[in-house]
Amino acid sequence: MKEQLKIDFEKIQKVSSFSNKDVETKKFYLDKFIKNGFPNRKLENWKFLDLEQIINKNINELSFYNDYSTTNKIDTSIFIGGLEHNKIIFINGRIEKIDFNYEDKNQIEIFDDFKIDYKFDNNNSLIDLNNAFSNKYFKILIKKGYTIKKPLIIYHLTNEKMKSKNINLRLDFELEQNSSLKLIDFFSDVSDTNFMNILYNFDLKKESILKNYKIDKSFNKNIKYSYNNINQEKNSISETFIFSASSDYFKNEINCNLKGEYSSAFVNGIFSLKDDKQHEIRTSINHLVENTKSFQLIKSVLGKNSKAVYQGRIYVDSIAQKTDGYQLSKAILLDETSEFNAKPELEIYADDVKCSHGSASGSLNENSIFYLMSRGLNYKESKELLINGFLLDVVEKITDAEIRNLIKNMIGLTE
Amino acid sequence: MDTREKDIENLKDYKYGFTTDIENIRAPKGLNVDVIKFISNIKKEPKWMLDFRLKAFERFKLLREPDWQKPKYPKIDYQDLYYYSAPKSMKDKPKSLDELDPKLIETYNKLGIPLQEQARLNGIAVDAVFDSVSVATTFKGELTKHGIIFCSMSEAIQRHPDLVKKYLGTVIPTTDHFFATLNSAVFTDGSFVYIPEGVKCPMELSTYFRINASETGQFERTLIIADKGSYVSYLEGCTAPMRDENQLHAANVELIALDDAEIKYSTVQNWYPGDENGKGGIYNFVTKRGLCKGKNSKISWTQVETGSAITWKYPSCILRGDNSIGEFYSIAITNNHQKADTGTKMIHLGKNTKSKIISKGISAGFSDMTYRGLVDINSKAKNSSNYTQCDSLLMGNKCGAHTVPYIKNKNFDSNIAHEATTSKISEEQLHYCQQRGLNPEEAVGLIVNGFCKEVLQQLPMEFAVEAQKLVSISLEGSVG
Repeated sequence: MKEQLKIDFEKIQKVSSFSNKDVETKKFYLDKFIKNGFPNRKLENWKFLDLEQIINKNINELSFYNDYSTTNKIDTSIFIGGLEHNKIIFINGRIEKIDFNYEDKNQIEIFDDFKIDYKFDNNNSLIDLNNAFSNKYFKILIKKGYTIKKPLIIYHLTNEKMKSKNINLRLDFELEQNSSLKLIDFFSDVSDTNFMNILYNFDLKKESILKNYKIDKSFNKNIKYSYNNINQEKNSISETFIFSASSDYFKNEINCNLKGEYSSAFVNGIFSLKDDKQHEIRTSINHLVENTKSFQLIKSVLGKNSKAVYQGRIYVDSIAQKTDGYQLSKAILLDETSEFNAKPELEIYADDVKCSHGSASGSLNENSIFYLMSRGLNYKESKELLINGFLLDVVEKITDAEIRNLIKNMIGLTE
Repeated sequence: MDTREKDIENLKDYKYGFTTDIENIRAPKGLNVDVIKFISNIKKEPKWMLDFRLKAFERFKLLREPDWQKPKYPKIDYQDLYYYSAPKSMKDKPKSLDELDPKLIETYNKLGIPLQEQARLNGIAVDAVFDSVSVATTFKGELTKHGIIFCSMSEAIQRHPDLVKKYLGTVIPTTDHFFATLNSAVFTDGSFVYIPEGVKCPMELSTYFRINASETGQFERTLIIADKGSYVSYLEGCTAPMRDENQLHAANVELIALDDAEIKYSTVQNWYPGDENGKGGIYNFVTKRGLCKGKNSKISWTQVETGSAITWKYPSCILRGDNSIGEFYSIAITNNHQKADTGTKMIHLGKNTKSKIISKGISAGFSDMTYRGLVDINSKAKNSSNYTQCDSLLMGNKCGAHTVPYIKNKNFDSNIAHEATTSKISEEQLHYCQQRGLNPEEAVGLIVNGFCKEVLQQLPMEFAVEAQKLVSISLEGSVG
């Protein structure tokens, strides 16, 4: 793999127009990645699902080179109907279109040539990989006091052309004071066995609100990794919802730094897995100042041969008094081959805090099934009804009514 | 000063912090084949025992010291330790209590374990381990009547080689982790208990450990076997003198419960924790593991951890027999600069196995406390269940409390429930107690004892009293 990385890196430099300084930085991260390689089970964060092993097993000769010179045709049929929205279209590793048609153009700024801030989480080799290979960065700035009218949907698309490729995406968002953004990540793939590595960085200034919904619901054989870094100032709110279901492997990481007082973070997630899928959510909520709040709710329904992992960490700094941290994960195992692993972690250095977590896993309650069957439902219907109710609980946490209904319909939940 | 305050004043400093001048025999400093042969030789061990040690040592050379734990410590130079230290007068072992070195007896009296009295009055059989050697075992006659074997490990190797050979290393093999393997190579003594089929042990069995000599590591090995349908309750207490340097304690404890047997293992650990600046103290790196080998067997660990500079241990249960039960009750208190990384592992292998974990952590001063636990339900462990509750209490904002549970469920018939909370003593509770005439320290003591009640209840009577006192003393000076 080492040789492949170097060859592909040279190839990219030849066809791209990076400045010398950029190439130097990229080279630095390339060397770092070559040294550390893909993360494996020896690292605590990757203990339950070993990415190195999964990539070696599923991808034959991973290539890091992509030809970004030709444009890709956009298949408009996959666009989400029934909801007016702004779009970013990301196909085969290329951002083809950024479209803020519904918004006031003066209130949103898009930079494609800005000084990127590489410096966060230096121990993550996938971020190094992203830094070394991502093609073009964009930064989107929502100006002071502006509330985006329609949600922004980022379409993550691939077609048959892509096979055994590594695709990297990096986007930065800055929400100025009192602004707000609704962001939906929608994944749709026709390709096979690629490795996607997505890195978002959000800077939330005072009183800003970010809502991020990630939806992975079209079946595909790709391996995905997504990392959200969120920095929050005073009174800001971030809400993240993850529907994790359809890729062969998907790990979502949320790293949230609550740096301003009265800021709060909400993470809600659903795993709905079957057929050899292996998914993971790892959160790290860092309470760094007084009076911050976090809430996490993760529910899983696991079918045949599937495996879900939830690693949630609440960190409370010694000055972060009056922190309120809550974490709950629940899992239903439907088959004897399914597996659920959890590591809900509390790391607390302040005494005047309220932190708790709970984790439960088991099978569907036979008494409840019996109750429903005695009222005329058959076994399958009873089971479905119970699962529906179990998952609905998470979707109900979505604060935006329009998007809540959209997601409910998308994943087939009824009230 | 009222009497209670005086009491506390007396107890505040580590009351077990005395040393006893007793001539010691030591093995040469360092860790090598010769030292292991020296230990084996001086204990007149048979060849199979020496082979066991050497095999472990071979493996030990390949192992790296683990470093994933939360409390970090300066590197230990394993070549700079004495691996064997015995009071000289022990060379010709005393036949009865009367022959014991009077100084030793004095030490135990200071510790509050007057051997004779304990033997006569309390009906508790005591085996005391001083530095590395087991000094005396009381109440032998009564136990022999029931066919119970309760003696030092060295004696067991001589007298009951078949039992030792059959069970030693079956729960903690010579191929285990760093500290356990080190222990297998150099262990010096410990207790051996065998309860024959169908016997309910009529009294509590008890061991006291004490490290006396400086620059010594204590490596004791305890093996308890409960044969079919038997029951035993075993108590363990530990103390050490105050010294500036850190001392290593790496014991191995193996429990084996056969069909329908039950073992209850209680520990009150009060090793010297170091002074208030974090200087000195014991490194308590112990491997404790119980195997529920037979059907319907039960192993229950209860621990009160108040001492040691660093506590790093996970008493575990391997639930192999169908319908077996594992329990873990723990109170861990850290104050000043103490650090603890403790918890349990419940490994469910058999059908219908159940486990329960109740852990209470209290940190004060500059201390750091971590609960780390594993619940692993194997795919064959149908219809198993686990309940875990770990609560932490913080006093002051210079200390830390962490919870790191690992939960692995590979069986859809099984249920795991886990709960954890972290909080401080609320102002309302304190106010309420003070209103009724308690001073702040008494109020804290009362609340903390209430917080720990679920665990304290599990301790045998004699220990519960001691433990309750320990809980209050450990937290002295942490309020306000």
